[in-house]
Amino acid sequence: MPQPSCTRILPTLSRRSVVAGATAAALTRSAWPAAAAFEDDGNATAAIAHIAAGREIKPGRVKLVLPELAENGNVVALSVEVESAMTATDFVKTIHIIAGQNPLAIIARYHLGPRSGRARVQSTIRLATTQTVTALAEMSDGTLWSGTMSVLVTLSACLDGG
Amino acid sequence: MADTPHPTRISMPATAKRGDIIDIKTLIQHEMETGYRRDANGRVIPRDIVAHFEVRYLDEIIFAADTFAGVSANPYFAFSTIVGDSGPVTFTWTDLAGRKTVETRTLTVT
Amino acid sequence: MVGLVFAASQAVGLCSLAAQTNLPSRPAIAKPGNVYQSPATQAQQADDGANPAMLWVGQGEKLWSSTDAGDGKSCAGCHGDAVASMKGVATRYPQIDAKSGALLNLEGRINQCRTDRQHATPYAYESAPLLSLTAYITLQSRGMPRDVKIDGAAAAQFEAGRSFFVTRQGQLNLACTQCHDQSVGQKLRGDTISQGQSGGWPAYRFEWQTMGSLHRRLRACSLGVRAEQLPFGSPEYVALELYLAWRSQDLPLDAPGVRR
Repeated sequence: MPQPSCTRILPTLSRRSVVAGATAAALTRSAWPAAAAFEDDGNATAAIAHIAAGREIKPGRVKLVLPELAENGNVVALSVEVESAMTATDFVKTIHIIAGQNPLAIIARYHLGPRSGRARVQSTIRLATTQTVTALAEMSDGTLWSGTMSVLVTLSACLDGG
Repeated sequence: MADTPHPTRISMPATAKRGDIIDIKTLIQHEMETGYRRDANGRVIPRDIVAHFEVRYLDEIIFAADTFAGVSANPYFAFSTIVGDSGPVTFTWTDLAGRKTVETRTLTVT
Repeated sequence: MVGLVFAASQAVGLCSLAAQTNLPSRPAIAKPGNVYQSPATQAQQADDGANPAMLWVGQGEKLWSSTDAGDGKSCAGCHGDAVASMKGVATRYPQIDAKSGALLNLEGRINQCRTDRQHATPYAYESAPLLSLTAYITLQSRGMPRDVKIDGAAAAQFEAGRSFFVTRQGQLNLACTQCHDQSVGQKLRGDTISQGQSGGWPAYRFEWQTMGSLHRRLRACSLGVRAEQLPFGSPEYVALELYLAWRSQDLPLDAPGVRR
């Protein structure tokens, strides 16, 4: 049981926007829209539209790999790789991971830069249920590319309630 | 627990050649309490998550992540960087309350 | 047809083994719990940089040299470098404690050291420090086969463990052997039934989102068949642990495991 040290249930909006904004600025030395404050309430379409901010999203260049069948939604191995030269002038800025059947659709934003060498990130994520996960890559030229993967989340027989 | 740094594990080479792309893997022991669960008495367990992770190599950010409740407990990240000069690589995990866990490794260029 | 022939030859093999040694049966080809997990989960276990259980191993390594306990004596103070001194130790547990005659698993031995040698309070079963030390010590035997004694002073405990394994229990009236010998490879909801091998424990389990001991897993089994969940470290589970260790035959220890 975690210590009840943090009394807030929801994160404050200001902290999120400050943290994300500072990161992006440091990475790209350019202005970063305060997109982080957006609470998507599990609506992937809204979350993606908010990131796109009117820009076109093209399918492709993003290879999102998740297991087709996840044994437990608590830990789902994720790998995302974006086709990019990753040079000083042409690189992947941010990769957004979005899962619309989760209570909060945005799972993570990975910030990369020319020093990343290659645009590949691996992590483990939670999926509340069977769904399609989207990875949205934002390039240094402002274009947006996306890749998706459908995951079937199964239930174990041997649950012991913790 | 809450005020002490969380245990971490960082896997990266200690030495590398300039211009090489190296892989770095990190783990931090953290429950990533979502804020959606309730305890035995029906009270919401407060959200307690790592909200931000940042990696600096010679003071330049080489990887960062904004993380939410959908990231698994004991968060794992694998990413890469291009080797430049010898120097420190600093890893900083920050939770929602602003508490930080900081680790540093030295990358020696051969 | 092929299956029938295979089953028949297996049965003959087991009969002859039983006739020779008078020992209970165990899987003809032992397979670790790892192989019943998905490829992604197996990959996570295979990579120490990605296996979250290694966080506990790291804590165990720190505790090994910690002088905070009792009279200020660390594990390393007596045992030196665990990489050398603890190599192979986990393969020999559970074992009979010469002094008390009791069957001790690794957790029990660590706590005996705490109380008798370090004059410190024993760790609670399933506490982070006990899991961490157990994982750290077990890791030093990675790749080594089990080497438990089941005769002499351990014979009665071994028989108790074997009996537990084959006795129907709980509201579902199921014995361990019905799943883990007779139904291996079959599906139970999203699970593939394993041989119930124990060499991957302690392990990180996705359902728990944390590290857990073999006894926590056994308690989950007990609940699964709607039987009484025995306390952590109970003599029944330690005896079963001995039987499971023997049953692993030549399987190398591969803890800390990663399980769904």
